[in-house]
Amino acid sequence: MSPQLASTPLHSWHQSHGARMAEFAGYEMPIQYEGIVAEHVATRTAAGLFDISHMGRLRFDGPRADQLLDHLLTRRVMDMQVGQVRYSLMCNEEGGILDDVLVSCLESPSGKVYFLLVVNAGNHAKIVQWIKPHLADFPDVEFFDATESTAMIAVQGPQAIEICKPLLPSNSISLGYYKAKVTDQMSKPCIVSRTGYTGEDGLELIVRKEDAPRVWENILMAGRNLGIKPAGLGARDTLRLEAGMPLYGHELDESINPLQAGLGFACNLSDRDFVGSKSLADIKANSPVATRVGLKLAGKRAARQGASVLDHDSRIIGAVTSGSFSPTLDCPIAMAYIHPDIAQSGAELQVDIRGSIVPATIVPLPFYKRTNTK
Amino acid sequence: MTIKPEQLRFCESHEWAYVQGDVATVGISAFAVAELTDLVFMAMPKIGQKVSAGQEFGEVESVKAVSPMYSPVTGEVVDVNDPLANQLETLNSDPYDAGWIMKVKMSDPSELEKLLTWEAYQKQCGQS
Repeated sequence: MSPQLASTPLHSWHQSHGARMAEFAGYEMPIQYEGIVAEHVATRTAAGLFDISHMGRLRFDGPRADQLLDHLLTRRVMDMQVGQVRYSLMCNEEGGILDDVLVSCLESPSGKVYFLLVVNAGNHAKIVQWIKPHLADFPDVEFFDATESTAMIAVQGPQAIEICKPLLPSNSISLGYYKAKVTDQMSKPCIVSRTGYTGEDGLELIVRKEDAPRVWENILMAGRNLGIKPAGLGARDTLRLEAGMPLYGHELDESINPLQAGLGFACNLSDRDFVGSKSLADIKANSPVATRVGLKLAGKRAARQGASVLDHDSRIIGAVTSGSFSPTLDCPIAMAYIHPDIAQSGAELQVDIRGSIVPATIVPLPFYKRTNTK
Repeated sequence: MTIKPEQLRFCESHEWAYVQGDVATVGISAFAVAELTDLVFMAMPKIGQKVSAGQEFGEVESVKAVSPMYSPVTGEVVDVNDPLANQLETLNSDPYDAGWIMKVKMSDPSELEKLLTWEAYQKQCGQS
């Protein structure tokens, strides 16, 4: 492995527990332990434990932190209450997506209200650079990159909350969906968030890096009779794909705007002026370009990123952005951008998988929706 | 009959060949199956197909990725284990016997000398 690769505070645990490691966004990360399907199924039926410490964690303090973020994000931040989490995009002036993020409004134990932005690992450096000139316009906002001093752990699955019960204060366990809280885990500081990237219920925890191995082991111990498994980035990818969630670098990049990505819900365009808002208003007023759809494929072969989507006259009408065999649906699934005139649920299309033409049907996203929400 | 890996010759790309007369039975190694994990699809060769040593003859796909399979020998495919495509789990339980993929009538058996012994192949896998 290249010596420049970063590692998370759980790196040695992964190595000593048989994880297959690979580079992801500059980090050496666990791709799988037992196997992608076993970890995927454990997360759908019991719980999966994910090291997501590679994600960027950026903290904004000061009375105008909300104004700064409101200016940078497509989602309204000014009205956020302590404990709320919102999914948002960060766009450039042209409305192209720089990143998709979670923004949380939190209160420290000393009563200070601040904001936390969780950004994609692959965009971390770019976003920090993007924010810098805007920070200069808000000199009273204090910015702190907490990524290296902390770890981030996701517990996901129908048993995730049950497993965490003995480990967290009860008011963290009872958090509503997309709510977050600064609390403690075994008297060590911890941010708990009822969020995730798997389509399952669950929690994401941010802890100090020195506490990470102990928290990780505690969760595994608490869940051992409930079927928890450590899960790698391979399962995280198949889980998020089934849940219809976009991944930056696949469904999202700077050439894609939030409206065509089907993320209009995360853009509050009225009565707001933020970076990209004028472009997005124009885009909304005009006819859309390629739009994001879900595809179910015949056979067993998956269409991977870049595969062409064809109509019945074999004309190229779009391209696949993510594709995999779906362990839950037992068939290959994909997300693709295609011409909006054809993007109707039920439309019969074809996909070119390395020269083989395979039938595909447009299906509504998500492919998988949990039924066990408590 | 049980084929022992010691009786096989291996490619660096993890295919094996078992030679009886001028016919080589070809498959992929247990190490390859373990590395790929979660196999979902195999594109099988066809009877009559010409294959060349070191050239792709099919592909195997896992949940995560697609990997080409390379022929250890040159010749013509004379038999294919078609049921395997629908029972890929056989590759986990019995990669060197029931998990065979194709039989090739070899046109140049001297190519076998370039393949690795089980011992050399194991050494390669240990280092990778």
